[in-house]
Amino acid sequence: MTDASSAPRNQWLDVWLQFKSHKGALVGGIVFALIVLTVFVGPWIWTIDPTHVEIRARNKPPSLSYPFGTDQLGRDMLARMMAGGRVSISVGLTAMALAITLGSSVGLLAGYFKRLDWPLMRLTEVFQSLPLLPLLLVMVTLFREPLAGAFGPEKGTFILIVGAIGVTSWMATARIVRGSVLALKEREFVLAARSIGTSDHKMILRHILPNVVSPIMVSATLGIAAAIITESALSFLGLGFPPDFPTWGRLLYDAVDYMQQYPSRVMWPGIAISLTVLSVNYLGDGLRDALDPRIRGR
Amino acid sequence: MITFIVRRLLLTIPTLLVISLVIFLLLELAPGDPMAQVPLTVPPEVKEKMREALGLGQPVHVRYVKWLYQFFVVEPSLMIDWLTRDSFLLGWMPDTSLYNGDLRVISWQTRSPVMDIVVQRLPQTLWVVGMGYLFGVLIALPIGIYSAYRQYSIFDQVGTFVSMVGFSVPTFFTGVLLIVIFSVELGWFPSIYDTTLKVNSFESFLMQVRQMAMPVTVLALYNAAQISRFMRSSMLDNLNQDYVRTARAKGLSEKVVVLIHVLRNSMIPVVTVIALGVPQVFGGAIITEQVFKVNGLGQLLIGAIEANDLPMVQTLTFIFALLIVMFNLIADVLYGIIDPRIRYD
Repeated sequence: MTDASSAPRNQWLDVWLQFKSHKGALVGGIVFALIVLTVFVGPWIWTIDPTHVEIRARNKPPSLSYPFGTDQLGRDMLARMMAGGRVSISVGLTAMALAITLGSSVGLLAGYFKRLDWPLMRLTEVFQSLPLLPLLLVMVTLFREPLAGAFGPEKGTFILIVGAIGVTSWMATARIVRGSVLALKEREFVLAARSIGTSDHKMILRHILPNVVSPIMVSATLGIAAAIITESALSFLGLGFPPDFPTWGRLLYDAVDYMQQYPSRVMWPGIAISLTVLSVNYLGDGLRDALDPRIRGR
Repeated sequence: MITFIVRRLLLTIPTLLVISLVIFLLLELAPGDPMAQVPLTVPPEVKEKMREALGLGQPVHVRYVKWLYQFFVVEPSLMIDWLTRDSFLLGWMPDTSLYNGDLRVISWQTRSPVMDIVVQRLPQTLWVVGMGYLFGVLIALPIGIYSAYRQYSIFDQVGTFVSMVGFSVPTFFTGVLLIVIFSVELGWFPSIYDTTLKVNSFESFLMQVRQMAMPVTVLALYNAAQISRFMRSSMLDNLNQDYVRTARAKGLSEKVVVLIHVLRNSMIPVVTVIALGVPQVFGGAIITEQVFKVNGLGQLLIGAIEANDLPMVQTLTFIFALLIVMFNLIADVLYGIIDPRIRYD
């Protein structure tokens, strides 16, 4: 680090150095990358179909041909875990992307345009006062049938769950972004940009947005974890994806009935969810420390 | 302060109205029909009568206003009547008879008033969730304080890691894990919460404690993980401040400095977080109740959603919203009371 001081320093290099020194974040990042890799690349190596029913090989304990054993219909647990992880992580990433887009837009508009501040912030407050889990449950039960009819059962449920999670989890991001924008608006470079006649549109995209990227990145990371937990919770309550379409939450829900005889079947999806969320949370913590020097080590 | 509270209370009225409208309109889109299970042999005009008896068949806005009237006028008047007549606390007051026989919010599932069922289910939820939260707070505060005081020590490292794990592992997995270990393998605790258990002897009390142990542990661990993180970071904010050095320089003992000077200032944001967490806990307990089959409010809600019992879902969801708004208000007021620097007017 000492010899780098002679050369002009890159801001992102600093962030990387800070991030690297946070051991938990580094391990979290590596673990998350490994999980994503296993889940998305694994099916090319382990080519058993997760929905293939092998009724003669049901409830098998872990062995060489079935590393995680099989379930009550003889479906291979390893293949199902990878298929489930693919859905769970995709839901997490997409729902996070939706929530971040909504939240950043609301935050940017509310912070930048004084006229919009009051109505948008009241809207945010109303959304924050809504009981989210009950409403999610209601939304999923109400719209599952029509959406499944329109897009097919898998895609319909995916759109529904991603939409429902995205629409109910943008508020924290909006508040953080608004706060940062309000502070940025008073800075000299904004005044300078305005004095040369920069339009509002350019101002937001060129000057404000790049400066609020760090809080957005942090809440994006933490948002993935929250979305994965919410999806699993919905599936666990039996209100998520259809039964023949595995997700980690759904696998856990199905395994609970056989918990007494085959406790390991509960463990795999549970550990997968917990490990993913834990690694993402550590990643988010490390990013926050790296991007915001004031709160390092909290 | 009083004007602030009054102003804040007045502001909650439009918020609550908007929330109830949002919930009502969302449920209005529901495809379910409460007459779906009535046999086909029942003639249509009888069905129409049944529909009217359930308060259906009128335009949306009329039903919405009716529901508001039932929730905010009819049910509270019944409640006040009961309080002044039978309750232990206020039974000495002169009996009131505010309730005039108006139609109450009726559940489509049981055809009985929604609020009666809610009152039956409330104690289970309050006991399990309340104990879980209380224990969570009691565990979290000392851990947070000591972690911050000895920052980067072994205790802090372990504590931070454990709270990160507790915060990341979802309650439906911890719950299932506890069931597998303590009721399937060891057989110490029952995995199903028995609501019919009457506590009237020492054995039944022990039984009650045993069946509450696991759900309370799950909730307590989850809440403790979250609150201890807040407590630690709030303590760290204060420990490096100038007034702490001054207090030490005056020759005050470490105990007084940490537990009186620093703790009091660090508690300000933590108390707000604790107050704001109460409604979240009620919502989150839906999952824990489902895992341990506690028939509280959460299970009532899920059952009502599955059975398409819209008045029940509407009322329960709104009660959850009411809790959130109420505790937001409490948090704001508490903030003003314990932090003399905050002036609302």
